[in-house]
Amino acid sequence: MEIPYTVKNRPDTGIYNAKLGVWLFLASEVMLFGGLFSAYVLLRVGAPEGHWPHGWLDVRFGTVNTILLALSAITTLLAWAACKVREFGKFKFFHGCTILLALMFLGIKSYEYHDKWIHYEIQLKDGTFADGHLEEQDDKQVVLHGRIVKDEKDLYDLRAQKDIQLGEVKIDRASIVKMQNYGPWHNTFTAIYFTLTGLHALHILGGTLVIFYLWGPGSKMYKTDPERFTNRIEVSGLFWHFVDLVWIFLFPVLYLT
Amino acid sequence: MSLKAFHLIFVTLLTSLAFGCAAWAFQAGSVVWGTTAIGAGILVIVYGIYFLKKLKKVSFL
Repeated sequence: MEIPYTVKNRPDTGIYNAKLGVWLFLASEVMLFGGLFSAYVLLRVGAPEGHWPHGWLDVRFGTVNTILLALSAITTLLAWAACKVREFGKFKFFHGCTILLALMFLGIKSYEYHDKWIHYEIQLKDGTFADGHLEEQDDKQVVLHGRIVKDEKDLYDLRAQKDIQLGEVKIDRASIVKMQNYGPWHNTFTAIYFTLTGLHALHILGGTLVIFYLWGPGSKMYKTDPERFTNRIEVSGLFWHFVDLVWIFLFPVLYLT
Repeated sequence: MSLKAFHLIFVTLLTSLAFGCAAWAFQAGSVVWGTTAIGAGILVIVYGIYFLKKLKKVSFL
């Protein structure tokens, strides 16, 4: 059985079926991410004065990841262009670059997650707060690389504080009231941060798997039906561009504000 | 909308992001980051013109 309109444009829509399908899918994705962005805005404007974090994320990592995704969008386009002019070698090279860039993005994102996972805020019995990265812990004490502040509010706006002095902080277990890492459960910022970036990272992972398939075993189709294969590359490229566009909004919203 | 048209939207937004980052950096007092971001924005515009010339024959639909 032959699948219709995989190459030729359908007369009523003016495009081939896979392209229509991916745009319908992307429309649903806009609604998904749009809802989460709305949640972010509402959480942020609803946060009590001085309780929304600033400067919790490293802008350098965010910038590098933005560059990586921007480059991957370019390599995706070049891979599609190479397919269109029937240069299979170039296609392989550019799509291989896309996969590498995507893996680098995920590597940096994993490092950022790990950094938040080992970052702890500890409420002490004397009313102060210890904050920093966990170095070691046992039954008697916890050692952080960080600092102690008198008011929890001092931990929120890091961008306004210049010359934050960090050092080794040893805390007796007996003096701890509450100890919690910067996971999604820490506060509304970390919750929406992990939700948005986690969902985005899953899209990157899914897109990478599809692109890897088209780069590897799926590329056999190029020999038998190059035009249909080129359309597949375009459709995967459209999804990839959408995921990159989401990051273009995520980066300033989470890292710069 | 073809990948070419979507890429053009992407390049436009990336340019906006670069100049937005430059404004943010200058406001934060980082001249180096601001200048680099402006340079990146200009680079993206140059790339945008290059890619449009390269894919002149490809449809936007």
